[in-house]
Amino acid sequence: MTTPLLSPAPPSPAERAAAVTARAVIATRASGGHTRLETLRSEPPLTVRQTGPGLVHLVSTGAGPLGGDRLTLVIDVAPGTALEVRSVASTLVLPGPSPADSLMMIDAHVGAGASLRFTPEPTVLAAGCSHRMAVRLSLAEDATVFWREEIVFGRHGERPGRCRARFDATVAGRPLLRQELVVGHPEVEGSPAVYGDARCVGSTLVAGPAWDAAHDSKRERRATIGAGWAALPLAGPGVLASALAQDTVELRARLGRAEQAAAVPPER
Amino acid sequence: MQNDRRKGGMRGSPDAALLLLADSRLPAGGHAHSGGAEEAVRLGTITGPEDLARFLRGRLATAGLVSAALAAAACELASAGHDEQAAAHDEQTGGRDGQSDDPAGRWRQLDAEADARTASPAQREASRVQGRLLIRSARRIWPSPVLDLLAKAVPNGVHHPIALGAAAASAGCDPYQSALAAAYNAVTGPATAAVRLLGLDPVTVHRLLADLAPALNDAAHAACASLIDDVVMEPGAADPFGPYGTANGDAKGSTRGPGWPALPGHAAPALDLLAEGHHSNTMKLFVS
Repeated sequence: MTTPLLSPAPPSPAERAAAVTARAVIATRASGGHTRLETLRSEPPLTVRQTGPGLVHLVSTGAGPLGGDRLTLVIDVAPGTALEVRSVASTLVLPGPSPADSLMMIDAHVGAGASLRFTPEPTVLAAGCSHRMAVRLSLAEDATVFWREEIVFGRHGERPGRCRARFDATVAGRPLLRQELVVGHPEVEGSPAVYGDARCVGSTLVAGPAWDAAHDSKRERRATIGAGWAALPLAGPGVLASALAQDTVELRARLGRAEQAAAVPPER
Repeated sequence: MQNDRRKGGMRGSPDAALLLLADSRLPAGGHAHSGGAEEAVRLGTITGPEDLARFLRGRLATAGLVSAALAAAACELASAGHDEQAAAHDEQTGGRDGQSDDPAGRWRQLDAEADARTASPAQREASRVQGRLLIRSARRIWPSPVLDLLAKAVPNGVHHPIALGAAAASAGCDPYQSALAAAYNAVTGPATAAVRLLGLDPVTVHRLLADLAPALNDAAHAACASLIDDVVMEPGAADPFGPYGTANGDAKGSTRGPGWPALPGHAAPALDLLAEGHHSNTMKLFVS
Protein backbone atom coordinates (compact mmCIF):
# COMPACT_ATOMS: atom_id res chain seq x y z
CA MET A 1 0.00 0.00 0.00
CA THR A 2 2.71 2.48 0.86
CA THR A 3 4.50 1.54 -2.36
CA PRO A 4 5.42 4.88 -3.88
CA LEU A 5 3.51 5.19 -7.11
CA LEU A 6 6.02 7.66 -8.41
CA SER A 7 9.25 5.70 -8.56
CA PRO A 8 8.81 2.21 -9.96
CA ALA A 9 12.35 1.15 -9.09
CA PRO A 10 14.24 2.14 -5.95
CA PRO A 11 16.90 4.70 -6.81
CA SER A 12 20.51 3.61 -6.96
CA PRO A 13 22.89 5.07 -4.35
CA ALA A 14 24.26 7.49 -6.93
CA GLU A 15 20.78 8.66 -7.83
CA ARG A 16 19.90 9.04 -4.18
CA ALA A 17 22.94 11.19 -3.63
CA ALA A 18 22.07 13.38 -6.59
CA ALA A 19 18.43 13.98 -5.69
CA VAL A 20 17.59 16.63 -3.13
CA THR A 21 14.96 16.68 -0.42
CA ALA A 22 14.35 20.18 0.84
CA ARG A 23 11.75 21.91 2.92
CA ALA A 24 11.01 25.57 3.46
CA VAL A 25 8.65 27.11 5.97
CA ILE A 26 7.06 30.54 6.06
CA ALA A 27 4.85 31.37 9.04
CA THR A 28 3.41 34.65 10.23
CA ARG A 29 2.39 35.96 13.63
CA ALA A 30 0.16 38.88 14.57
CA SER A 31 2.03 41.45 16.61
CA GLY A 32 0.36 44.69 17.66
CA GLY A 33 -1.85 44.81 14.58
CA HIS A 34 1.07 44.08 12.25
CA THR A 35 2.24 40.95 10.51
CA ARG A 36 5.54 39.55 11.69
CA LEU A 37 7.33 36.68 10.07
CA GLU A 38 7.52 34.09 12.75
CA THR A 39 9.41 31.36 10.98
CA LEU A 40 11.47 31.60 7.86
CA ARG A 41 13.37 28.42 7.22
CA SER A 42 14.73 27.04 4.05
CA GLU A 43 17.14 24.59 2.53
CA PRO A 44 18.80 24.82 -0.88
CA PRO A 45 17.65 24.75 -3.60
CA LEU A 46 14.52 26.23 -2.07
CA THR A 47 15.37 29.46 -0.30
CA VAL A 48 12.95 32.02 1.11
CA ARG A 49 13.91 35.63 1.88
CA GLN A 50 12.00 38.44 3.47
CA THR A 51 12.02 41.37 1.05
CA GLY A 52 9.54 43.69 2.72
CA PRO A 53 6.94 43.84 5.46
CA GLY A 54 4.79 40.74 5.04
CA LEU A 55 6.55 40.02 1.75
CA VAL A 56 8.67 36.97 1.01
CA HIS A 57 10.47 36.00 -2.17
CA LEU A 58 11.28 32.45 -3.19
CA VAL A 59 14.82 32.33 -4.46
CA SER A 60 16.10 29.35 -6.35
CA THR A 61 19.63 28.69 -5.17
CA GLY A 62 20.26 25.70 -7.40
CA ALA A 63 19.15 24.13 -10.65
CA GLY A 64 15.83 22.51 -11.00
CA PRO A 65 13.87 20.93 -9.51
CA LEU A 66 15.49 17.91 -11.13
CA GLY A 67 14.17 14.37 -11.41
CA GLY A 68 14.09 12.78 -7.95
CA ASP A 69 14.05 16.08 -6.05
CA ARG A 70 11.38 16.43 -3.39
CA LEU A 71 10.71 20.00 -2.44
CA THR A 72 8.16 21.06 0.16
CA LEU A 73 7.00 24.54 0.98
CA VAL A 74 4.87 25.10 4.06
CA ILE A 75 3.02 28.38 4.42
CA ASP A 76 1.12 29.21 7.57
CA VAL A 77 -0.63 32.56 7.64
CA ALA A 78 -1.74 33.16 11.23
CA PRO A 79 -5.19 34.62 11.98
CA GLY A 80 -5.41 38.32 11.25
CA THR A 81 -2.12 38.55 9.36
CA ALA A 82 -1.30 39.22 5.70
CA LEU A 83 1.40 37.57 3.64
CA GLU A 84 2.55 37.93 0.07
CA VAL A 85 4.81 35.36 -1.56
CA ARG A 86 6.53 35.94 -4.89
CA SER A 87 9.50 34.45 -6.65
CA VAL A 88 12.59 36.05 -8.10
CA ALA A 89 12.55 34.05 -11.33
CA SER A 90 10.61 31.38 -13.11
CA THR A 91 11.16 27.76 -12.11
CA LEU A 92 12.77 25.57 -14.75
CA VAL A 93 11.92 21.91 -14.21
CA LEU A 94 14.57 19.62 -15.71
CA PRO A 95 15.09 15.90 -16.01
CA GLY A 96 17.69 14.70 -13.53
CA PRO A 97 20.04 11.83 -12.89
CA SER A 98 17.19 9.96 -11.26
CA PRO A 99 14.33 8.64 -13.41
CA ALA A 100 11.93 9.46 -10.56
CA ASP A 101 9.55 12.40 -10.78
CA SER A 102 10.53 15.70 -9.34
CA LEU A 103 8.02 16.76 -6.68
CA MET A 104 6.98 20.19 -5.56
CA MET A 105 4.50 20.22 -2.70
CA ILE A 106 2.97 23.27 -1.16
CA ASP A 107 0.97 23.02 2.00
CA ALA A 108 -0.66 26.33 2.83
CA HIS A 109 -3.03 27.31 5.59
CA VAL A 110 -4.65 30.72 5.86
CA GLY A 111 -6.17 31.46 9.25
CA ALA A 112 -9.27 33.39 10.27
CA GLY A 113 -9.34 36.91 8.88
CA ALA A 114 -5.90 36.41 7.32
CA SER A 115 -4.94 36.93 3.70
CA LEU A 116 -2.41 35.32 1.41
CA ARG A 117 -1.26 36.47 -1.99
CA PHE A 118 0.83 33.86 -3.79
CA THR A 119 2.13 35.00 -7.17
CA PRO A 120 5.32 33.19 -8.15
CA GLU A 121 6.79 33.38 -11.63
CA PRO A 122 5.79 30.57 -14.06
CA THR A 123 6.93 26.97 -13.89
CA VAL A 124 8.60 25.97 -17.17
CA LEU A 125 8.55 22.28 -18.09
CA ALA A 126 11.78 21.57 -19.95
CA ALA A 127 11.90 18.68 -22.41
CA GLY A 128 12.19 15.29 -20.73
CA CYS A 129 11.15 16.40 -17.27
CA SER A 130 8.66 14.42 -15.24
CA HIS A 131 7.19 16.65 -12.62
CA ARG A 132 4.48 16.54 -10.01
CA MET A 133 3.09 19.46 -8.16
CA ALA A 134 0.58 19.34 -5.37
CA VAL A 135 -0.92 22.30 -3.61
CA ARG A 136 -3.05 21.86 -0.55
CA LEU A 137 -4.59 25.17 0.40
CA SER A 138 -6.79 25.20 3.46
CA LEU A 139 -8.65 28.38 4.22
CA ALA A 140 -10.39 29.36 7.42
CA GLU A 141 -14.00 30.47 7.02
CA ASP A 142 -13.18 34.15 6.49
CA ALA A 143 -9.67 33.92 5.03
CA THR A 144 -8.84 35.63 1.75
CA VAL A 145 -6.53 34.27 -0.92
CA PHE A 146 -5.12 35.18 -4.31
CA TRP A 147 -3.23 32.17 -5.67
CA ARG A 148 -1.69 32.17 -9.11
CA GLU A 149 -0.24 29.23 -10.96
CA GLU A 150 1.29 29.44 -14.45
CA ILE A 151 2.72 26.49 -16.35
CA VAL A 152 4.75 26.85 -19.55
CA PHE A 153 4.93 23.88 -21.90
CA GLY A 154 8.68 23.80 -22.59
CA ARG A 155 11.24 26.49 -23.32
CA HIS A 156 11.06 28.29 -26.66
CA GLY A 157 10.50 25.83 -29.49
CA GLU A 158 10.80 22.86 -27.15
CA ARG A 159 8.35 20.05 -26.56
CA PRO A 160 7.40 19.95 -22.89
CA GLY A 161 8.21 17.21 -20.44
CA ARG A 162 5.44 15.67 -18.40
CA CYS A 163 3.67 17.25 -15.50
CA ARG A 164 0.73 16.61 -13.24
CA ALA A 165 -0.29 19.54 -11.07
CA ARG A 166 -2.94 18.92 -8.46
CA PHE A 167 -4.61 21.76 -6.60
CA ASP A 168 -6.95 21.28 -3.65
CA ALA A 169 -8.50 24.27 -1.92
CA THR A 170 -10.89 23.93 0.99
CA VAL A 171 -12.77 26.49 3.05
CA ALA A 172 -13.35 25.42 6.66
CA GLY A 173 -12.88 21.85 5.45
CA ARG A 174 -15.40 22.11 2.61
CA PRO A 175 -14.09 21.63 -0.93
CA LEU A 176 -13.83 24.84 -2.95
CA LEU A 177 -11.71 23.80 -5.91
CA ARG A 178 -10.05 20.53 -6.80
CA GLN A 179 -8.30 20.38 -10.12
CA GLU A 180 -5.45 18.57 -11.73
CA LEU A 181 -3.66 19.83 -14.82
CA VAL A 182 -1.95 17.17 -16.87
CA VAL A 183 0.65 18.36 -19.39
CA GLY A 184 2.73 16.51 -21.95
CA HIS A 185 0.75 13.26 -21.81
CA PRO A 186 -0.35 11.93 -25.21
CA GLU A 187 -4.07 11.82 -24.38
CA VAL A 188 -4.25 15.56 -23.73
CA GLU A 189 -1.61 16.84 -26.14
CA GLY A 190 -3.05 18.97 -28.92
CA SER A 191 -6.60 18.24 -27.80
CA PRO A 192 -9.02 21.06 -28.59
CA ALA A 193 -10.83 20.01 -25.40
CA VAL A 194 -7.89 20.53 -23.05
CA TYR A 195 -5.33 23.18 -24.11
CA GLY A 196 -5.91 23.42 -27.87
CA ASP A 197 -2.77 24.85 -29.46
CA ALA A 198 -1.81 26.85 -26.36
CA ARG A 199 1.77 26.67 -25.07
CA CYS A 200 0.99 27.73 -21.54
CA VAL A 201 -1.84 27.67 -19.04
CA GLY A 202 -2.57 29.88 -16.08
CA SER A 203 -5.10 29.79 -13.30
CA THR A 204 -5.64 32.05 -10.34
CA LEU A 205 -7.92 31.33 -7.45
CA VAL A 206 -9.43 34.42 -5.87
CA ALA A 207 -11.42 33.51 -2.81
CA GLY A 208 -12.71 34.89 0.44
CA PRO A 209 -15.82 35.85 2.36
CA ALA A 210 -16.62 38.61 -0.16
CA TRP A 211 -17.32 35.91 -2.76
CA ASP A 212 -19.59 33.87 -0.55
CA ALA A 213 -22.26 32.57 -2.91
CA ALA A 214 -24.52 31.20 -0.22
CA HIS A 215 -27.01 34.01 -0.77
CA ASP A 216 -28.33 32.36 -3.92
CA SER A 217 -27.79 28.66 -4.26
CA LYS A 218 -30.38 28.17 -7.01
CA ARG A 219 -28.78 30.28 -9.69
CA GLU A 220 -25.23 30.11 -10.93
CA ARG A 221 -23.40 33.39 -11.26
CA ARG A 222 -22.35 34.15 -14.82
CA ALA A 223 -18.77 33.91 -16.00
CA THR A 224 -16.91 36.77 -17.64
CA ILE A 225 -15.06 35.73 -20.77
CA GLY A 226 -12.63 37.15 -23.31
CA ALA A 227 -10.25 35.80 -25.95
CA GLY A 228 -8.42 32.91 -24.27
CA TRP A 229 -9.52 33.75 -20.74
CA ALA A 230 -12.44 33.40 -18.37
CA ALA A 231 -13.34 34.41 -14.84
CA LEU A 232 -15.34 31.47 -13.53
CA PRO A 233 -17.42 31.97 -10.38
CA LEU A 234 -17.14 28.78 -8.34
CA ALA A 235 -19.95 27.08 -6.49
CA GLY A 236 -18.23 28.12 -3.25
CA PRO A 237 -16.89 31.51 -2.16
CA GLY A 238 -14.40 32.17 -4.92
CA VAL A 239 -13.68 32.74 -8.58
CA LEU A 240 -11.20 30.93 -10.79
CA ALA A 241 -9.40 33.08 -13.34
CA SER A 242 -8.27 30.86 -16.17
CA ALA A 243 -6.24 31.57 -19.32
CA LEU A 244 -4.57 29.82 -22.22
CA ALA A 245 -1.93 31.46 -24.38
CA GLN A 246 0.90 31.01 -26.84
CA ASP A 247 3.60 32.58 -24.68
CA THR A 248 4.18 33.94 -21.19
CA VAL A 249 3.61 37.57 -22.15
CA GLU A 250 0.23 36.79 -23.68
CA LEU A 251 -0.56 34.51 -20.75
CA ARG A 252 0.12 37.19 -18.16
CA ALA A 253 -1.97 39.70 -20.11
CA ARG A 254 -4.93 37.32 -20.46
CA LEU A 255 -4.72 36.03 -16.93
CA GLY A 256 -4.46 39.61 -15.71
CA ARG A 257 -7.75 40.45 -17.41
CA ALA A 258 -9.37 37.36 -15.95
CA GLU A 259 -7.99 38.21 -12.49
CA GLN A 260 -9.42 41.73 -12.74
CA ALA A 261 -12.84 40.34 -13.61
CA ALA A 262 -12.51 37.76 -10.83
CA ALA A 263 -11.51 40.36 -8.25
CA VAL A 264 -14.89 42.10 -8.39
CA PRO A 265 -16.97 40.55 -5.62
CA PRO A 266 -20.55 39.68 -6.58
CA GLU A 267 -23.31 42.10 -5.73
CA ARG A 268 -25.53 41.02 -2.93
CA MET B 1 -43.65 -5.87 -5.32
CA GLN B 2 -41.43 -2.93 -6.20
CA ASN B 3 -38.96 -4.17 -3.68
CA ASP B 4 -38.90 -7.57 -5.34
CA ARG B 5 -38.19 -6.05 -8.70
CA ARG B 6 -35.38 -3.92 -7.32
CA LYS B 7 -33.66 -6.83 -5.66
CA GLY B 8 -34.48 -9.69 -7.96
CA GLY B 9 -35.44 -8.33 -11.37
CA MET B 10 -33.01 -5.74 -12.67
CA ARG B 11 -30.33 -6.68 -10.21
CA GLY B 12 -30.08 -10.05 -11.84
CA SER B 13 -29.26 -8.52 -15.23
CA PRO B 14 -26.75 -5.73 -14.72
CA ASP B 15 -25.29 -6.02 -18.23
CA ALA B 16 -28.65 -5.39 -19.86
CA ALA B 17 -29.29 -2.57 -17.38
CA LEU B 18 -25.99 -1.00 -18.38
CA LEU B 19 -27.01 -1.04 -22.04
CA LEU B 20 -30.31 0.64 -21.24
CA LEU B 21 -28.63 3.24 -19.07
CA ALA B 22 -25.92 4.14 -21.59
CA ASP B 23 -28.26 4.11 -24.60
CA SER B 24 -28.71 7.56 -26.12
CA ARG B 25 -32.39 6.70 -26.48
CA LEU B 26 -32.79 6.74 -22.69
CA PRO B 27 -35.35 9.53 -22.25
CA ALA B 28 -33.23 11.74 -19.99
CA GLY B 29 -32.33 14.65 -22.24
CA GLY B 30 -28.73 13.69 -22.93
CA HIS B 31 -29.11 14.23 -26.68
CA ALA B 32 -29.47 17.98 -26.15
CA HIS B 33 -25.86 18.40 -24.96
CA SER B 34 -22.73 18.56 -27.08
CA GLY B 35 -20.21 18.81 -24.23
CA GLY B 36 -18.42 21.79 -25.78
CA ALA B 37 -18.30 20.31 -29.28
CA GLU B 38 -20.75 22.82 -30.77
CA GLU B 39 -18.70 25.79 -29.62
CA ALA B 40 -15.47 24.11 -30.77
CA VAL B 41 -17.05 23.63 -34.21
CA ARG B 42 -18.17 27.26 -34.25
CA LEU B 43 -14.65 28.46 -33.36
CA GLY B 44 -13.10 26.15 -35.92
CA THR B 45 -11.06 24.06 -33.49
CA ILE B 46 -13.01 20.98 -34.60
CA THR B 47 -13.20 20.85 -38.40
CA GLY B 48 -13.03 17.14 -39.17
CA PRO B 49 -12.45 13.63 -37.85
CA GLU B 50 -8.81 14.25 -36.82
CA ASP B 51 -9.65 17.23 -34.61
CA LEU B 52 -12.67 15.41 -33.30
CA ALA B 53 -10.55 12.39 -32.34
CA ARG B 54 -8.17 14.61 -30.34
CA PHE B 55 -11.11 16.45 -28.79
CA LEU B 56 -12.75 13.21 -27.67
CA ARG B 57 -9.51 11.70 -26.35
CA GLY B 58 -8.73 14.81 -24.31
CA ARG B 59 -12.31 15.09 -23.07
CA LEU B 60 -12.26 11.47 -21.94
CA ALA B 61 -8.93 11.90 -20.12
CA THR B 62 -10.21 14.91 -18.19
CA ALA B 63 -13.95 15.52 -17.78
CA GLY B 64 -14.68 11.88 -18.68
CA LEU B 65 -12.37 10.49 -16.01
CA VAL B 66 -13.76 12.83 -13.37
CA SER B 67 -17.34 11.88 -14.31
CA ALA B 68 -16.45 8.21 -14.22
CA ALA B 69 -14.96 8.52 -10.74
CA LEU B 70 -17.94 10.48 -9.40
CA ALA B 71 -20.36 7.97 -10.94
CA ALA B 72 -18.46 5.07 -9.39
CA ALA B 73 -18.45 6.81 -6.01
CA ALA B 74 -22.19 7.50 -6.26
CA CYS B 75 -22.91 3.90 -7.23
CA GLU B 76 -20.85 2.67 -4.30
CA LEU B 77 -22.64 5.01 -1.90
CA ALA B 78 -26.05 4.02 -3.27
CA SER B 79 -25.30 0.30 -3.08
CA ALA B 80 -23.66 0.39 0.33
CA GLY B 81 -26.43 2.26 2.00
CA HIS B 82 -29.38 0.85 0.09
CA ASP B 83 -31.38 -0.63 2.91
CA GLU B 84 -29.98 1.52 5.66
CA GLN B 85 -30.77 4.67 3.68
CA ALA B 86 -34.25 3.50 2.92
CA ALA B 87 -34.90 3.01 6.60
CA ALA B 88 -33.40 6.34 7.54
CA HIS B 89 -35.37 8.03 4.83
CA ASP B 90 -38.66 6.56 6.00
CA GLU B 91 -38.02 7.54 9.58
CA GLN B 92 -36.73 11.05 9.04
CA THR B 93 -38.93 11.97 6.07
CA GLY B 94 -35.72 12.85 4.37
CA GLY B 95 -35.70 16.60 4.67
CA ARG B 96 -33.33 17.21 7.53
CA ASP B 97 -30.17 19.13 6.93
CA GLY B 98 -27.46 16.99 8.22
CA GLN B 99 -24.00 16.07 9.20
CA SER B 100 -21.96 13.69 7.17
CA ASP B 101 -23.42 10.54 8.73
CA ASP B 102 -26.97 11.34 7.71
CA PRO B 103 -27.54 9.80 4.27
CA ALA B 104 -28.88 12.97 2.64
CA GLY B 105 -25.86 14.84 3.98
CA ARG B 106 -23.51 12.34 2.40
CA TRP B 107 -25.17 12.82 -1.00
CA ARG B 108 -24.79 16.58 -0.62
CA GLN B 109 -21.16 16.04 0.29
CA LEU B 110 -20.53 14.03 -2.85
CA ASP B 111 -22.38 16.66 -4.86
CA ALA B 112 -20.09 19.31 -3.35
CA GLU B 113 -17.08 17.28 -4.53
CA ALA B 114 -18.53 17.47 -8.06
CA ASP B 115 -19.01 21.23 -7.66
CA ALA B 116 -15.37 21.66 -6.62
CA ARG B 117 -14.28 19.81 -9.77
CA THR B 118 -16.43 21.93 -12.09
CA ALA B 119 -15.05 25.47 -12.19
CA SER B 120 -17.28 26.61 -15.05
CA PRO B 121 -20.76 27.76 -13.97
CA ALA B 122 -22.17 26.89 -17.41
CA GLN B 123 -20.90 23.34 -17.00
CA ARG B 124 -22.29 23.07 -13.48
CA GLU B 125 -25.66 24.22 -14.76
CA ALA B 126 -25.63 21.77 -17.69
CA SER B 127 -24.59 18.97 -15.36
CA ARG B 128 -27.37 19.71 -12.88
CA VAL B 129 -30.01 19.99 -15.61
CA GLN B 130 -29.01 16.59 -16.97
CA GLY B 131 -28.80 15.13 -13.48
CA ARG B 132 -32.29 16.33 -12.62
CA LEU B 133 -33.76 14.89 -15.82
CA LEU B 134 -31.98 11.58 -15.32
CA ILE B 135 -33.19 11.25 -11.73
CA ARG B 136 -36.74 12.04 -12.83
CA SER B 137 -36.67 9.34 -15.51
CA ALA B 138 -34.73 6.81 -13.46
CA ARG B 139 -37.18 7.05 -10.55
CA ARG B 140 -39.86 5.77 -12.91
CA ILE B 141 -37.71 3.24 -14.76
CA TRP B 142 -35.78 1.80 -11.79
CA PRO B 143 -37.72 2.96 -8.70
CA SER B 144 -35.71 2.81 -5.50
CA PRO B 145 -35.57 4.57 -2.13
CA VAL B 146 -32.05 5.79 -2.92
CA LEU B 147 -33.25 7.79 -5.93
CA ASP B 148 -36.10 9.24 -3.86
CA LEU B 149 -33.65 10.21 -1.17
CA LEU B 150 -31.21 11.74 -3.66
CA ALA B 151 -33.96 13.79 -5.33
CA LYS B 152 -34.88 15.20 -1.92
CA ALA B 153 -31.30 15.66 -0.73
CA VAL B 154 -30.34 17.81 -3.73
CA PRO B 155 -33.63 19.30 -4.93
CA ASN B 156 -32.05 21.73 -7.43
CA GLY B 157 -30.66 18.83 -9.41
CA VAL B 158 -27.71 16.68 -8.48
CA HIS B 159 -24.66 16.64 -10.75
CA HIS B 160 -25.16 14.30 -13.70
CA PRO B 161 -22.40 11.75 -12.90
CA ILE B 162 -23.81 11.33 -9.40
CA ALA B 163 -27.32 10.87 -10.76
CA LEU B 164 -25.89 8.35 -13.21
CA GLY B 165 -24.11 6.38 -10.48
CA ALA B 166 -27.22 6.30 -8.30
CA ALA B 167 -29.45 5.31 -11.24
CA ALA B 168 -26.96 2.60 -12.18
CA ALA B 169 -27.01 1.22 -8.65
CA SER B 170 -30.81 1.18 -8.71
CA ALA B 171 -30.69 -0.68 -12.02
CA GLY B 172 -28.36 -3.26 -10.49
CA CYS B 173 -25.05 -2.09 -11.94
CA ASP B 174 -21.78 -2.01 -10.03
CA PRO B 175 -19.38 0.94 -9.69
CA TYR B 176 -17.25 -0.21 -12.64
CA GLN B 177 -20.29 -0.31 -14.91
CA SER B 178 -21.39 3.11 -13.66
CA ALA B 179 -17.95 4.51 -14.41
CA LEU B 180 -18.00 2.94 -17.85
CA ALA B 181 -21.41 4.46 -18.62
CA ALA B 182 -20.18 7.88 -17.49
CA ALA B 183 -17.01 7.65 -19.58
CA TYR B 184 -19.06 6.49 -22.58
CA ASN B 185 -21.47 9.41 -22.16
CA ALA B 186 -18.54 11.82 -22.00
CA VAL B 187 -17.54 11.03 -25.59
CA THR B 188 -20.64 9.78 -27.40
CA GLY B 189 -22.63 12.98 -26.89
CA PRO B 190 -19.96 15.26 -28.42
CA ALA B 191 -19.30 12.73 -31.21
CA THR B 192 -22.96 12.63 -32.24
CA ALA B 193 -23.18 16.42 -32.02
CA ALA B 194 -20.15 16.78 -34.32
CA VAL B 195 -21.76 14.45 -36.87
CA ARG B 196 -24.82 16.65 -36.96
CA LEU B 197 -22.99 19.99 -36.91
CA LEU B 198 -20.29 19.21 -39.46
CA GLY B 199 -22.15 16.65 -41.55
CA LEU B 200 -19.42 14.10 -40.87
CA ASP B 201 -19.72 10.52 -42.01
CA PRO B 202 -21.34 8.73 -39.05
CA VAL B 203 -19.39 5.55 -39.77
CA THR B 204 -16.08 7.41 -39.64
CA VAL B 205 -17.06 8.95 -36.32
CA HIS B 206 -18.18 5.63 -34.90
CA ARG B 207 -14.80 4.26 -35.89
CA LEU B 208 -13.25 6.99 -33.71
CA LEU B 209 -15.42 5.84 -30.84
CA ALA B 210 -14.42 2.23 -31.42
CA ASP B 211 -10.77 3.32 -31.31
CA LEU B 212 -11.48 4.87 -27.92
CA ALA B 213 -12.88 1.62 -26.48
CA PRO B 214 -9.64 0.66 -24.68
CA ALA B 215 -9.38 4.19 -23.27
CA LEU B 216 -12.98 3.93 -22.03
CA ASN B 217 -12.13 0.74 -20.18
CA ASP B 218 -8.97 2.33 -18.78
CA ALA B 219 -10.91 5.36 -17.54
CA ALA B 220 -13.49 3.15 -15.81
CA HIS B 221 -10.73 1.09 -14.20
CA ALA B 222 -8.85 4.22 -13.11
CA ALA B 223 -12.08 5.61 -11.66
CA CYS B 224 -12.63 2.49 -9.58
CA ALA B 225 -8.97 2.33 -8.57
CA SER B 226 -9.24 5.87 -7.26
CA LEU B 227 -12.08 4.75 -4.98
CA ILE B 228 -10.01 1.91 -3.58
CA ASP B 229 -6.93 4.10 -3.18
CA ASP B 230 -8.90 6.57 -1.15
CA VAL B 231 -10.18 4.00 1.24
CA VAL B 232 -6.71 2.67 1.86
CA MET B 233 -4.88 5.98 1.89
CA GLU B 234 -7.13 8.14 3.99
CA PRO B 235 -6.60 10.05 6.10
CA GLY B 236 -3.92 12.52 5.16
CA ALA B 237 -1.98 10.35 2.75
CA ALA B 238 -4.29 10.51 -0.24
CA ASP B 239 -1.38 11.52 -2.40
CA PRO B 240 1.65 9.34 -2.72
CA PHE B 241 3.98 11.91 -1.25
CA GLY B 242 4.14 10.43 2.19
CA PRO B 243 3.52 12.51 5.30
CA TYR B 244 2.07 15.77 4.10
CA GLY B 245 -0.49 18.26 5.19
CA THR B 246 0.02 17.95 8.90
CA ALA B 247 2.64 20.66 9.20
CA ASN B 248 0.14 23.21 10.42
CA GLY B 249 -1.52 20.90 12.85
CA ASP B 250 -4.63 21.43 10.77
CA ALA B 251 -7.15 18.94 12.00
CA LYS B 252 -9.78 20.06 9.51
CA GLY B 253 -8.27 17.83 6.88
CA SER B 254 -9.61 14.76 8.57
CA THR B 255 -13.26 15.78 8.45
CA ARG B 256 -13.59 15.96 4.72
CA GLY B 257 -15.60 12.83 4.06
CA PRO B 258 -15.19 9.24 3.12
CA GLY B 259 -12.20 9.34 0.79
CA TRP B 260 -13.81 11.44 -1.92
CA PRO B 261 -11.41 14.40 -1.71
CA ALA B 262 -8.69 12.49 -3.53
CA LEU B 263 -10.87 11.42 -6.48
CA PRO B 264 -9.52 12.57 -9.86
CA GLY B 265 -9.99 16.25 -10.61
CA HIS B 266 -8.57 16.45 -14.12
CA ALA B 267 -9.26 19.87 -15.55
CA ALA B 268 -9.73 20.90 -19.16
CA PRO B 269 -9.30 24.69 -19.39
CA ALA B 270 -10.36 24.72 -23.05
CA LEU B 271 -13.64 22.93 -22.21
CA ASP B 272 -14.29 25.58 -19.55
CA LEU B 273 -13.78 28.36 -22.09
CA LEU B 274 -15.90 26.53 -24.67
CA ALA B 275 -18.73 25.99 -22.20
CA GLU B 276 -18.83 29.66 -21.24
CA GLY B 277 -18.55 30.81 -24.84
CA HIS B 278 -21.37 28.50 -25.81
CA HIS B 279 -23.49 29.72 -22.92
CA SER B 280 -23.29 33.33 -24.09
CA ASN B 281 -23.96 32.45 -27.73
CA THR B 282 -27.60 32.85 -28.66
CA MET B 283 -27.44 31.01 -32.00
CA LYS B 284 -27.06 27.44 -30.91
CA LEU B 285 -28.50 24.04 -31.48
CA PHE B 286 -27.43 22.30 -28.28
CA VAL B 287 -28.00 23.29 -24.66
CA SER B 288 -24.33 22.84 -23.80
